Amino acid sequence: MTLAAKNPLVEIRSLTKRFGDRMAVKDLDLCIYPEECLGLLGPNGAGKTTTIYMLLGLVRYTSGKITVFGESIPERLRQVKLRIGVVSQGDNLDPDLTVYENLLVYASYFGIERSVAGKRADDLLDFFALKNRSNEIIQHLSGGQRRRLLLSRALINNPELLILDEPTIGLDPQARHLIWERLQDLISQGTTMLLTSHYMEEVSRLANRVLILDEGEIVAQGDPKKMVADLIGSEVFEVVDSPKNLTALKEALRSCKVNVEKIADRFFIYVREPCTELDTMAITLRHVSKRPANLEDLFLKLTGRTLREN
Amino acid sequence: MWLLFYKVWLRNARVWRKHLQASLIGNLGQPFLFLLALGFGLGRQIPQIEGVTYLQFIGPGLVASAVMYSGSFETMYGSYTRLTTQRTYEAILMTPVSVEELALGEIVWAATKGIISGLIMLAALPLFGLIPSPWILALIPVLFLEGILFASLGLIMTALASDYEFFNYFTSLFITPLFLFSGIFFSISAMDPVVQKISLALPLTHAVNLSRMLCYGRIGPDWFIHALVIAVLSVFCAWVAIVLIRRRLIL
Repeated sequence: MTLAAKNPLVEIRSLTKRFGDRMAVKDLDLCIYPEECLGLLGPNGAGKTTTIYMLLGLVRYTSGKITVFGESIPERLRQVKLRIGVVSQGDNLDPDLTVYENLLVYASYFGIERSVAGKRADDLLDFFALKNRSNEIIQHLSGGQRRRLLLSRALINNPELLILDEPTIGLDPQARHLIWERLQDLISQGTTMLLTSHYMEEVSRLANRVLILDEGEIVAQGDPKKMVADLIGSEVFEVVDSPKNLTALKEALRSCKVNVEKIADRFFIYVREPCTELDTMAITLRHVSKRPANLEDLFLKLTGRTLREN
Repeated sequence: MWLLFYKVWLRNARVWRKHLQASLIGNLGQPFLFLLALGFGLGRQIPQIEGVTYLQFIGPGLVASAVMYSGSFETMYGSYTRLTTQRTYEAILMTPVSVEELALGEIVWAATKGIISGLIMLAALPLFGLIPSPWILALIPVLFLEGILFASLGLIMTALASDYEFFNYFTSLFITPLFLFSGIFFSISAMDPVVQKISLALPLTHAVNLSRMLCYGRIGPDWFIHALVIAVLSVFCAWVAIVLIRRRLIL
């Protein structure tokens, strides 16, 4: 069955949020279908977190419509939140409580019975390799352990939708890979996810559909592999050389189906179809590397290379 | 719509149990020291006031001030920490608990802490020569309402605060004057009529008056006015606190 044939779990229509003069989200349409992992990408300030906050009733939208599980937000917020799990950006574990208590107290907010909560907490601590830290205070946990506990906490109510706002930010590769494995397990078990991240590798691994936001608007969406192939190509050559040689290279590639982008003294050559001239020239050039085109290339193409610092 | 507030209360109670000793000493230290210094020090040089010793005179008022300090400090320093650095509120708002329930839970919890401080103060009164009358049972709901009132005022400050320094204004311009001018340390009835009127405009005065009446078992005709003022103010301030916390948390 195709995605669109199922009823969406989340349906956002013409959503707009204005903070004073600034339009944080403009006329956004977005659906999340059961059992998919939707990756929400965008530079800082693109409106990702604002969109998530509107979904959770923490930001009031200016206009539009949001329904989750067929229930209207914010009117039916409580019923909806019972079925959602959230890992928000950054650490908001309860530092006054131990690892185990964090899960139990969080479960109590969902009205989960103590005995059921205890069992689930045990299972989740096991799943996220935190069992031996049960009675530890939060301050003694490493960054990776905190993130795993945040994920455990988000799953304490067996959510039908898991919202992950940059779930592995600031972690070392080991910690990140462990989290990816666990998230992949959850995806294969059919958990629906909304994932935002600045790590393109993370999104490529986990998301089966991607939506790129910039300045509050959608600039592209679809299957990430197909989008990369369609909009970027199959391979990328990165070439560093003297301006003279680079100019000669550009001339030589006229007959090829490639896009060339120059950044400082570096050429990015995006190859849409195999090009023998390029392969031959690559041997003679001083510094050249060849790699498959990826989501990061697409992201930069669509949202530009300018820093977004405000 | 308001039922889950007790989950927030339970969370705070669980944390409080862990730091029981420090919390109690912190809340009760100051009024206890006043009782000792003013009762045993100053009190020996002062004749009777309103027919009782100075120590017996100030005791009931210190019960009321213990509730005020304990309640308002919890919703200032405690709640502000949970709102900002700990981000506990943000985490709670990801769950079915609503922002109104969160604010109410914080207020009721701080009032509970207030009542605990008040009760311990009350239990200590015999040490200072005051055996309270059975009427003090009626004082418990009064202290709870007083706790709601000052907890709400503290939470209003938290909703408006941009840093901890902000609470200094409230403490030095509001809490300390109330402590000094609400008739805890001198008899208001002996004052100039204008001063009496001003004193009645201070919320703590009503709690002090009721506490004195109920501790001595001498119920005056104006008990109802005092109780009404505390009840109306506590409900009103709780409502304002909830509205302001909602405004701060829901953008």
